[in-house]
Amino acid sequence: MTQTPKTAHTPSRALDRRIENTMGRLLQVGVLLASAVVLIGGLLFLNAHAGAAKDYRTFTGESASLRHPSELFRLLLTGDATAIVQLGVFLLIATPIARVVFAAIGFAVERDRLYVAISLAVLAVLIFGVLHVA
Amino acid sequence: MSLLLFTFLVFSGSLAAGLLGALTGLGGGVVLVPLLTIIFHVDLRYAIGASLISAIATSSGSAAAYVREGFSSVRIGMFLEVATTVGAVFGAFLAAHVPLRALAVIFGLVLIYSAWLSWQQSRQPHEEVPIFNPWSDRLRLSGSYPDGAGGEHYYKVDRISAGFATMFGAGTLSGLLGIGSGAVKVLAMDRIMRIPFKVSTTTSNFMIGVTAAASAGIYLHRGYIDPGLAFPVMLGVLAGSLLGARILINARVSLLRTIFTIVILALGVEMIVNGWLNRL
Repeated sequence: MTQTPKTAHTPSRALDRRIENTMGRLLQVGVLLASAVVLIGGLLFLNAHAGAAKDYRTFTGESASLRHPSELFRLLLTGDATAIVQLGVFLLIATPIARVVFAAIGFAVERDRLYVAISLAVLAVLIFGVLHVA
Repeated sequence: MSLLLFTFLVFSGSLAAGLLGALTGLGGGVVLVPLLTIIFHVDLRYAIGASLISAIATSSGSAAAYVREGFSSVRIGMFLEVATTVGAVFGAFLAAHVPLRALAVIFGLVLIYSAWLSWQQSRQPHEEVPIFNPWSDRLRLSGSYPDGAGGEHYYKVDRISAGFATMFGAGTLSGLLGIGSGAVKVLAMDRIMRIPFKVSTTTSNFMIGVTAAASAGIYLHRGYIDPGLAFPVMLGVLAGSLLGARILINARVSLLRTIFTIVILALGVEMIVNGWLNRL
């Protein structure tokens, strides 16, 4: 087996850096977007319920309509504040998932089959987690 | 307490948790969950859900800044994420079957362990030993980072299977308790796999978001993530951690770390006592 000389790392490392830079940006934009949506929803929520007291001491679970995308979409159209916050939470969860998708594409461009497979394995676990109905 | 006041107080508390988490490198969750349950009397399940969301926000929000330094390794991160995400899904399933009291006790133990780890890290400088592990190159985990003098510092990775197994454990804790478990991730990379410290911490930060996203979907389905609580917690922790990252550059961390270690230790004991006496 031949030992790879250290200089052979450099081109792949430069590409890796580019993947990392773009991933960093992607994550930042995703979080900013999610935060903005959560902020708008949260302010509307406060405006609607400012005087009311909510008890988090006992666990009731949030309403089922917020947990399913199709129902959530219907609520969003009515301008429901909690649904807007929930949309922000969905966007936030989607951000690191988008990062993994992007990394898989980046590795494919580098023709690194091993890491395309590894990225897709991570993606499969993430999708299982999001789609799984307990 | 009116909702407006409650939201404001939770936001302020989350801001402080995010700030301390960033300054000490332990993440916001370890302070946030005890804060919400002990001081605000929030049910542990809601606290875990909100904390998980804030972990994703913090990890993703600070990623761009970490990437610019050029220390993080996308390959090491992705490779180990296989272990952390599977662990996180497992942890989230486990959380449904573990009694709340036991969860509180486990959380307390993790807090005490984090405090110990944080105290150790400030005392023991990391020494680099030459590594001759053929799998480091085979799995393309070997990498480099700028050495500050215009050159590149090359490193290899050791004890990969032990590191991978520890990462599964870190993922399980993250899914079970809703924390980023950055301390365990850094332990696996820095101490077990002998990855340079700066590479370990920055790569760990990247991994926290992906790990938390794996279990967040399951928590969302169970109704653990309440919009009214998630809103001030997420924005507070995010603002606090970004502020903390700015301060970190000029702050003297050692005194702060000592204070924080004592606070975490106290919170850990409190969580265990509360769990034991079923007072949550």
